[in-house]
Amino acid sequence: MAGTNGQSMITAKNISKSYRRDRLEIPVLVNLTLTVPEGEFLALMGPSGSGKTTLLNLIAGIDRPDSGQVLVNGVDIGSLNESALARWRSGNVGFIFQFYNLLPVLTAYENVELPLLLTRLPRKEKREHVEAALKLVGLGDRMRHYPRQLSGGQEQRVAIARAIVTDPTVLVADEPTGDLDKVSAHDIMVLLERLNREYKKTIVMVTHDPRAAEKAHKVMHLDKGELTT
Amino acid sequence: MRVMKLVLKNMLRHKLRTLLTIAGIAIAVTAFGLLRTVVTAWNAGVEASAADRLITRDAVSFIFPLPLAYKDQIAKVPGVVDVTFANWFGGVYIDKNQFFARLAVEAENYLEVYPECLVPPDQLATFKKERNSCIIGEQLASRFHLKIGDIMPVEGDIYPGHWEFVVRAIYRPKDKVTDPSNMFFHWQYINERMKQEAPGRADNVGWYVVKVKNPAAAARISEEIDVLFQNSRAETKTETERAFQQDFLASADAILTAMNFISFVIIGIIMLVLGNTMIMAARERIREFAVFKTLGFSARHLIGLIAGESLLISFLGAAIGLAFTFPITEGFSAVLPKGWFPVFNVEPVTLILAGCSALLVGVIASIFPVQRALGTSIVDGLREIG
Ligand SMILES: Nc1ncnc2c1ncn2[C@@H]1O[C@H](COP(=O)(O)OP(=O)(O)OP(=O)(O)O)[C@@H](O)[C@H]1O
Ligand SMILES: [Mg+2]
Repeated sequence: MAGTNGQSMITAKNISKSYRRDRLEIPVLVNLTLTVPEGEFLALMGPSGSGKTTLLNLIAGIDRPDSGQVLVNGVDIGSLNESALARWRSGNVGFIFQFYNLLPVLTAYENVELPLLLTRLPRKEKREHVEAALKLVGLGDRMRHYPRQLSGGQEQRVAIARAIVTDPTVLVADEPTGDLDKVSAHDIMVLLERLNREYKKTIVMVTHDPRAAEKAHKVMHLDKGELTT
Repeated sequence: MRVMKLVLKNMLRHKLRTLLTIAGIAIAVTAFGLLRTVVTAWNAGVEASAADRLITRDAVSFIFPLPLAYKDQIAKVPGVVDVTFANWFGGVYIDKNQFFARLAVEAENYLEVYPECLVPPDQLATFKKERNSCIIGEQLASRFHLKIGDIMPVEGDIYPGHWEFVVRAIYRPKDKVTDPSNMFFHWQYINERMKQEAPGRADNVGWYVVKVKNPAAAARISEEIDVLFQNSRAETKTETERAFQQDFLASADAILTAMNFISFVIIGIIMLVLGNTMIMAARERIREFAVFKTLGFSARHLIGLIAGESLLISFLGAAIGLAFTFPITEGFSAVLPKGWFPVFNVEPVTLILAGCSALLVGVIASIFPVQRALGTSIVDGLREIG
């Protein structure tokens, strides 16, 4: 597989997750196992409600499985307490959402700077990181713009810049092109592919869009709790 | 970019809403300040009363006079140090809207019994010598641009006729609770004219002021005085000056209690106004809080963000409100008849109360939003429709 070296970056072992609605337990993931090698670009597909987002949340450490183990880059993230997990996330995972989730009151620059507020980087280095990230996504000239002054595709690129500004090893993207037109979606996919190829980011992306999935190295399908290639 | 900047940007997100909230708090704080000031102004008279002074008045009503002859009898009661007296003169100076007390007093010793009115000794001596002279408070002097030697014409009503008094002394109030706008003149001067024009009304005294040696003996002395005049033509009622003032204010008591109560209701209203704004803000931002948490921000950061905004709004509102309290209070006292409240100041304790309330309100108004922000899991927060 191009771009991977076989070392496992993400390992989910026998994870189960169910949601409780009133008295009813709805199992979403049952005893699921998944391995993502370092440098992989994985696309997760599957029908709505099949648990793709749930799985993504578990391997990104913003939710915890009912049972099973998640290892990321050798760290058993289930063993971390809330604040340790938060710190771990800020340094190791970049998040890209379908609806960008930028803060409307902050400029593109400030949105990208946000994760760096938690670091002790000197002011000058922060600035360099932010500017580098924004240039990488092709928005070096839009730093002072607010989200409402940007197109959807541009907003998503700001979100990507925010996800990579701390230089995490893993990027998770939940339907990153789900809200975009064809051209913008294509741009985003080109960008993600480049981040994978040139910057060696391990990427797990949920998508409904077959064209987006084409850019990934590997496509897996999640349906009725089963993962298939 | 630091948290403070984020707080500011968040606050300015809904400019109109924030502005209205701040304005609401400001108005409430101004109302609070004004109410507290009125309450303290009412109470100033009571606070100013000395514990070692008793007032002897007619048992039936304050408006009936007492015979001059009582003075010597009261002076003989054990424990009494000094006895002086006064008459409410009334009258009109310039026009009917100029409120200040005009009292015909026993010139010999009235100011000795009221040492809180500070009069230069030479002026006091001149006053005692000249029958048609008067002493005025420094506030009257400045209000009417009066100086020593000026003549104050007063049209009598209770004591009909045209009266003229020469300003021979100006007193300075010893403290903030002392009325700086009294006018005192010779009871003898009035009495002499009464003897000629209305002999039936001569030798009458409005009330006696009895200075006692030991305030603890006030009750016994009061009783002894009243016993002296039992079954006489004019029975007396003696009580401490404080009780007398409180009696005088008794009718206003219910209003005062209500005002006091309302001033704290206002704090409650501020809390609701701000709480409402903060809860709305937090509800809209549940998804953003989830994003913050996803990015690794901790509870501490979110608390800072929410409480910071809440406190900033409440302090801005309180500051503006207090800034307005001063001119509004002044305007209010200007609208009232002159001298209605001789002592009308925004007390430091009012400022402190308002400041503490702002702090309290800011903290309390952020409790629910903080709870909500921290209590919502990231996953649930992200699912929230923005
Ligand atoms: N916080 C939650 N509380 C209750 N039920 C939930 C919660 N999150 C997810 N679910 C349920 O779990 C199932 C899987 O949800 P999930 O969001 O992972 O699906 P998905 O594959 O991402 O779907 P989509 O393609 O529509 O985004 C759904 O039935 C959903 O209703
Ligand atoms: Mg989903």
